[in-house]
Amino acid sequence: MPKTAQLTVNGKPALVPADDGQIPLLYVLRNDLGLHGPRFGCGLGQCGACMVLMDGKATRSCITPLASVGQAKITTLEGLGSPEQPSAVQKAFIDEQAVQCGYCINGMIIQATDLLSRNHFPSASDIKQALANNLCRCGTHLRIVRAVQRASRSI
Amino acid sequence: MHDLMPTRRDLLRASAGLVVSFTLARHAMAGGGEPDQKPAAGSSTAPKPVALDQVDSYLAIAPDNRVTLYSGKVDLGTGIETAFTQILAEELEVPAENITFISGDTLLTPDQGPTFGSLSIQSGGMQLRQAAATARKALLAMAADRFHVEPTAVTLQAGRVIAGERSVPYGDLLADQRFALKVDPNAPTKNPATFKVVGTSVPRADIPPKVTGRFTYMQDYKVDGMLHGRVVRPSGIRSSLQSVDRGSVQGIPGIVSVVQEGNFLGVVAETEWAAIRGAQALKATWSDWQGLPEQSKLFETVRATKVEKDEITSSTGDPKIALDKAARKLKATYEFAIHTHGSIGPSCAIVAIADNKLTCWTASQSTHKLREQLATMLSMPRENVRCIYVEGSGCYGRNGHEDAAADAAVLSRAVGGRPVRVQWSRADEHGWDPKGPPTMLDLQAGLDDQGNVVAWQSELFICATSAPFVPLLAANLTDLPREHGMAPGGVTGDSAIPYAFPAVHTMAHRLADAPLRPAWIRTPGRMQNTFANESFMDELAAAANADPLAFRLKYLKDPRGIELLHRLAALAKWDARPSPQRRQGGDVATGRGMSYVKYELNRTYIGAVAEVEVKRSTGEIRVTRFNVAHDCGQIINPDGLRNQIEGNVIQTVSRTLMEEVTFNRSHVTSLDWASYPIITFPDVPDVVMDLIDRPNEKPWGAGEPTAAVVPSAVGNAVFDAIGVRLRSVPMKPEKVLAALRAT
Ligand code: FES
Ligand code: FES
Repeated sequence: MPKTAQLTVNGKPALVPADDGQIPLLYVLRNDLGLHGPRFGCGLGQCGACMVLMDGKATRSCITPLASVGQAKITTLEGLGSPEQPSAVQKAFIDEQAVQCGYCINGMIIQATDLLSRNHFPSASDIKQALANNLCRCGTHLRIVRAVQRASRSI
Repeated sequence: MHDLMPTRRDLLRASAGLVVSFTLARHAMAGGGEPDQKPAAGSSTAPKPVALDQVDSYLAIAPDNRVTLYSGKVDLGTGIETAFTQILAEELEVPAENITFISGDTLLTPDQGPTFGSLSIQSGGMQLRQAAATARKALLAMAADRFHVEPTAVTLQAGRVIAGERSVPYGDLLADQRFALKVDPNAPTKNPATFKVVGTSVPRADIPPKVTGRFTYMQDYKVDGMLHGRVVRPSGIRSSLQSVDRGSVQGIPGIVSVVQEGNFLGVVAETEWAAIRGAQALKATWSDWQGLPEQSKLFETVRATKVEKDEITSSTGDPKIALDKAARKLKATYEFAIHTHGSIGPSCAIVAIADNKLTCWTASQSTHKLREQLATMLSMPRENVRCIYVEGSGCYGRNGHEDAAADAAVLSRAVGGRPVRVQWSRADEHGWDPKGPPTMLDLQAGLDDQGNVVAWQSELFICATSAPFVPLLAANLTDLPREHGMAPGGVTGDSAIPYAFPAVHTMAHRLADAPLRPAWIRTPGRMQNTFANESFMDELAAAANADPLAFRLKYLKDPRGIELLHRLAALAKWDARPSPQRRQGGDVATGRGMSYVKYELNRTYIGAVAEVEVKRSTGEIRVTRFNVAHDCGQIINPDGLRNQIEGNVIQTVSRTLMEEVTFNRSHVTSLDWASYPIITFPDVPDVVMDLIDRPNEKPWGAGEPTAAVVPSAVGNAVFDAIGVRLRSVPMKPEKVLAALRAT
């Protein structure tokens, strides 16, 4: 019998193959559950493209083995909102047009959502510190900071 | 099983970046998943035209009045989809939301050249505008015919032709027919004074899906029955594969095949994780290869490399004689390190082969060229290869996307043509994508006793252009048929200067070799040339004890350039005085430096002022604010333009201050973000800009022209702050400290 694991992703239970508990959560979310929010960027914990919320905390899914997830509730970019009903942070990114290629943006929104849950009125410098380990190659940083500031005002 | 004919499903792929992955994939793979669907607009079975001179190549109007825009230029995350949609909406008088954007599909879209050089709007967008103007003229004539009135009595509005009380949607008028017209270069385009869509900040259609995870990037794309491939790279760039221990992957469930072809070694597996594990576990022995130069002697190696040919890029008067007579002579050498593209998402592609037909899904910036390269590599007729663009992570030039496609092609062929997805690892991307080559410039100039420039001479050292395109890595490793040589891009641009000096000679020594496979990375050559030219201009201004901005104005004859510099001075509140400024107390010194370029001397004007802080004790440079005055003629989408300018400034500040590919004698050693760091949030400068809009002028490229001025503006600001001249990028703290010690 192939092993399976029960996860909670975006509020729903999900049964996934778990033959290898060392498989990073990222591949389970992307390939077994077909999610596009968490992205592969480095697989090394260096860029933040793969971030998800685990019990509300921004976590790098590329270095999170499936076996370590346990009962944690996982929320991905899809779980935060949709084009029709974006979350406050997503909406702020749209309003500020804070995207170029957008490949890094998953991590930015996940990290910002975590930050705003702990700090309702972050300064620009708080935001920059919180995002210091999230890389963006397109140079969208200024818009991203403005988007997080805008989101903080709207929450 | 392959159907290379477009069906309505293809043609109606949603815009807004909502690439319908499964349905399209299923169609293109299994052929005619929807056999009864007839092609849109022009219901004949004739293939859709793609020739550059045909209106139907660029646009189609369906009976339901939806418009499809076919673009050979692709959106690399720069907002081209939205800008092109605006251009078409404006010219054809259709609502932007009625337009579907299809791009970079070799079967459906015209070959408008690779998406590079900030040429999309300037060249591709203007081809589209002219096709739309031709269509507009045809619609007016058709309506005049239908209503029995003069064409001048017909107007177009919101997708309808209108004559007095009567009005019909374009779709009715066309009755499912194509235009079947050549693009008329004389068809009148709209008067910019009447623009309603062009020139406004239409929000980007791809952003809502991108911020909610609904967008399908190349990295997300799936094809039925798809396998996963990974390539195992040689231990040295040109090492040969001596042996492979296939048993080393035996215990890994899901491995389908170990593929060995020449020095190409890869693993194909049922799941991505199995492919990753297989590639990690696979044991192979490689010959020892140590052909790279010593990194510390990189620029000595560049200087010693055989010159393939010399290219003179400008010549006025005789600078040798003028230099001999000059009261003061200045001489300097500028160096620019090897950079990598550093896409946040490593390259990815899928290839499937059936019935001797190959389909490739790719984020390549030049699907048409890739199609030829894949056809050559696999000895297939070009018509049997279809490349379909799917947007990926930003590439900033020729990164690894094409190579991932070639990897997938080799692997797919090895497993009987089954679809294989190749996702490059971070180390693949950092180690094996082609690099911006090392660049060096020698400059000399002379001043008379009044401080006037009497002579300017420059010699650029950069690898030659000896191939039409960057050779595919997999073709090199397998030794399959390919074009040999190097293709670093248009690297001699801006070697000539925009200033009117009495004697000028600028030239390029094109070198026979480069240490790592070269390619273009944002602003190829033009950034390096502008770094040297504009830093050296600053050296001359300092030698003449002149204000750097006034010094440039003295030699600038171009009225748009002059206006731009005045606007820049106002924007940056330029403090007119010679550099460096008087010694400041304390550890942290501040300074401001400027730079100017007329991009490739024939388009976009950029002026910039960098404001920096330099910490003397550590040598650290911080760019605090970056001011840009920008004139690219007609602006299509001001916010999109701002976004591109901000991005180009920030990325280039990163390249200027910290980036350098490192290598040992065998291979690249900067294989991740720890060994090749890029700028992070706490260090990004504020960017302020003044956009000069000239609606009645042609729209020129924007984006990479701004990157050209960044390194020199930063270096000049450092000189202003601490009085030392940095002539080597990256401007790392150790170089600042060494320069300070030398004073
Ligand atoms: S992909 Fe996880 S941190 Fe880069
Ligand atoms: S928007 Fe492209 S990497 Fe951040």
